[in-house]
Amino acid sequence: MSASDFAWLVLLLPLAGSMVIALGWRALPGRTAGYLGTASIGLAFACSLGALISLLGEPHDARQIADSLYDYASAASLEIPLEILVDPLSVFMCLVVTGVSTLIHLYSVAYMDSDAGYRRFFALLNFFVFSMLVLVLAGNFVVLIVGWAFVGFASYALISFWYRRETATRAGMKAFVINVVGDVGLVIAAFLVFRELGTFGFLESFEAARETFSTNEGTVVAICLLMLVGAFAKSAQLPLHTWLPDAMEGPTPVSALIHAATMVTAGVYLIARMFPFFELAPTAADISAFIGLATLVVAATIALVVTDLKRIIAYSTMSQIGYMVVGVSIGAYGAGLFHLMTHAFFKALLFMAAGSVIAAIAGRQSIDGMSGFRRALPLTSGLLIVGALALAGFPGMSGFFSKDEILVFAAERGGMYWIFAIGGYVAAFLTAFYAFRIGFRVVLGEPCPEARELERGHLAHADPVNPLTGEPEDTEVGFPGPEHHIAERARPMAIAMGALGLLSVIGGALQIPGVSAGLEHFFEPTFEESAFHEVIPSSGSAWLGLAVGGAVAIAGIALAYLLYVARPGVTARLAERLSGVHRFLFNRWYFDQLQDALVYRPLVGAGRFANAVFERFVVNGIVQGTVGVVRGAGSAVRGAQSGFVRGYALLLVGGFTALGVYFLAAAS
Amino acid sequence: MEAVAFFAGALGALGGAVAVIALRNPFYSVLALIVHLISLAGLFLLLHAEFIAAAQIVVYAGAVMVLYLFVSAYVGAVEEPIWEPIAGQRLLGPLLALALFVEVSIAVIGTGLKAIEAEGATVQIGFGSPAAIGELMLEKFLIAFEAASLLLLIAAVGAIVLAGRPRELERESGPAEAR
Amino acid sequence: MDITWYLVLSGLLFAIGACGVLLRRSPLVILLCLELMLNAGSLALIAFSRAHDNQDGHVFAIVVMVVAACEVVVGLGLIVAMFRRRLPLDVDQIRVLRG
Repeated sequence: MSASDFAWLVLLLPLAGSMVIALGWRALPGRTAGYLGTASIGLAFACSLGALISLLGEPHDARQIADSLYDYASAASLEIPLEILVDPLSVFMCLVVTGVSTLIHLYSVAYMDSDAGYRRFFALLNFFVFSMLVLVLAGNFVVLIVGWAFVGFASYALISFWYRRETATRAGMKAFVINVVGDVGLVIAAFLVFRELGTFGFLESFEAARETFSTNEGTVVAICLLMLVGAFAKSAQLPLHTWLPDAMEGPTPVSALIHAATMVTAGVYLIARMFPFFELAPTAADISAFIGLATLVVAATIALVVTDLKRIIAYSTMSQIGYMVVGVSIGAYGAGLFHLMTHAFFKALLFMAAGSVIAAIAGRQSIDGMSGFRRALPLTSGLLIVGALALAGFPGMSGFFSKDEILVFAAERGGMYWIFAIGGYVAAFLTAFYAFRIGFRVVLGEPCPEARELERGHLAHADPVNPLTGEPEDTEVGFPGPEHHIAERARPMAIAMGALGLLSVIGGALQIPGVSAGLEHFFEPTFEESAFHEVIPSSGSAWLGLAVGGAVAIAGIALAYLLYVARPGVTARLAERLSGVHRFLFNRWYFDQLQDALVYRPLVGAGRFANAVFERFVVNGIVQGTVGVVRGAGSAVRGAQSGFVRGYALLLVGGFTALGVYFLAAAS
Repeated sequence: MEAVAFFAGALGALGGAVAVIALRNPFYSVLALIVHLISLAGLFLLLHAEFIAAAQIVVYAGAVMVLYLFVSAYVGAVEEPIWEPIAGQRLLGPLLALALFVEVSIAVIGTGLKAIEAEGATVQIGFGSPAAIGELMLEKFLIAFEAASLLLLIAAVGAIVLAGRPRELERESGPAEAR
Repeated sequence: MDITWYLVLSGLLFAIGACGVLLRRSPLVILLCLELMLNAGSLALIAFSRAHDNQDGHVFAIVVMVVAACEVVVGLGLIVAMFRRRLPLDVDQIRVLRG
């Protein structure tokens, strides 16, 4: 079986799983749907491994395989086959996506138990994985856009999974609308590519681009900027990021899968894949890097003050993706993608742990109500700390190696790029701090009432309440399920979390500077034509950068310990003193309000105006006018049907006379 | 001589026609039409159409007009009210008729049809005789002849149905109405 | 006499007949005026057949007479039916079939 055969299987299996669960849901009692979904993704992971092995079996030059299923459109100059591109980058993404998805599916088997929408959940989750795989395996722009759109839809469906919750449906709509803005950018970019280069396929367009465009030519910059719009909408970078915190309305596994490990990394994947275009338009690449940096810092600051646990982790995701965007924008493709992988591990782990903790306090999500779970939830607490360490970049963890590699690269490029290195380290400090804000507050300290109950063996139970607004929820339809599952009691959850914990610890081994360069070698066939391929930091500067990173991380953890464990209450007083700053950060830098004022209100106003004026007068006027004209004409004609025989006779004679005049005139 | 006969016939025809449309009592209109028909028969004679002239008097003035006389006697005089329900009819009617006449005149006189020369061609002795017309009817116009006969039959049946005694129809629909 | 005279006379009679159809309200008189128009047509036919030494016109005139007879039969039947049912013998008052 060749690599492309495996790749088609990878695409087929999740789709099949989704269809089977969706169509046969009545016949799947209990947890069957869950195990079925997990199995299909697990098999897809196995096939990804198969693709990897067979790809490694190919000679170095032949590792970019484009294979097509059939010609979707074939006319004059338009050639759109349904093709996939199997190369190191896409196989890597497949492995990450299917691997992490399998574990998250396993987690959900137990977590979503007792929810009436269990089977719907797994059907949608499988469908999501399928669409993500379409996205990463796409070989031309058309298939990419198809995958892109499907992913947006799956995200919407899963965020609004508990559709009886108004906040959830609104969040789903918000996510979808912002995603569509991104889609538009991507589609226009694809059109421009086709118009300038005459092809939709990736490999062909990369070659053609190198020949057709000169550096920083207007068109290629426009193409890149439009692709960035798409990438930023998907990856929740400024200014299209406002949907991500709201997307936490979805169930925790959804947050783990979509909004930590896979969908939000689609933007990073896009920039990495389109690197020939970006290297031809350094302006766009720099803009991308700066926006990534801005997101990185802004999101980290917001994560310092927000109190909803899932939203802290969401802002953390935004921030870490900022790292990845910086990485792939400045040319550190391998490093950026490495961080993508490790981030998937520890972020999914963090979300899973968060899910367990939230279950322990009966569905509430604010960290104000969580403390001292170390004895009540030993496994969860331990893994939460592991995830936090990886996030912070503690020396030896995977996050340590991946995050700092990007910053080292930035420093290596020198000049202006030092900003990224410095900004990155500052944000790393903040990251370590808020990671352990969560860690210490949840795990250490006096056990909260629910934790005390749990130590005695009773899992807390409360009437279902909307975690955001606090209003009581109507769960008559059966979701969210009445039972809450914690990792200590649910074996699948524990296994999944354990696996991710292990990966978070050892995942860094792939790319230890001076020791192993597994990923870099693996990515060579894809990225070897990059201008930055030769920028390789020396071992010494790499280790220096890593050391600085480690020190920054430890400093952050220490500060968190100081403020949250050694002297609790300091943060509250700080919040009062710097209330203006606190409020600014707490309101998320007022981005939502900005969007509301700049975009939403003008559009709504325009819509209302259009309805009141244009619709009423112009459109209705034309329609009613036409109706009036027709009706009038009808009435006029009806007048001739009077019923008077003499009237008809008059018309007859009149017509005949007229005809006579005509013939006389014609004959003369 | 011929001109005198023509003008006499023409006057009779015109007078009868005008009387038909002008007289109030329909009985008198029928009589006027009979006068008109006889004058026309005279004109036909002038045109060497003897058989047609005879048929006109015997069939048309004799049978058809008698039919009219019987019906108008049966129906009696009808009061025609003065008011005009159709707007403009009183004015437009004569106007259009006049226009029609003018057009026909222009067509006949003004266009200079070549065939209308003086008296026309010379005619043979047997022109217009019953023998000649019978020959035509049974040879050249046989189908028209048969069709005309069929038409007469249909008209006769139709008339019987139309003017049937209302009492019979009421008896048929009587039981239906009683239900 | 010129054929033209006959033709003009025929046109005049036709116009008078048309005028009568348009102006009178009794169905009986309207039928009479229709007869006028038919006869005018016959006159024209005879005149033309005289001009061309062709007797087709005569045959046509006989058929016209037949048609006139049929029409009279049916028309009078209608009038008798109307009278029997006590309907007003006025064309303008019988206007049920209208748009």
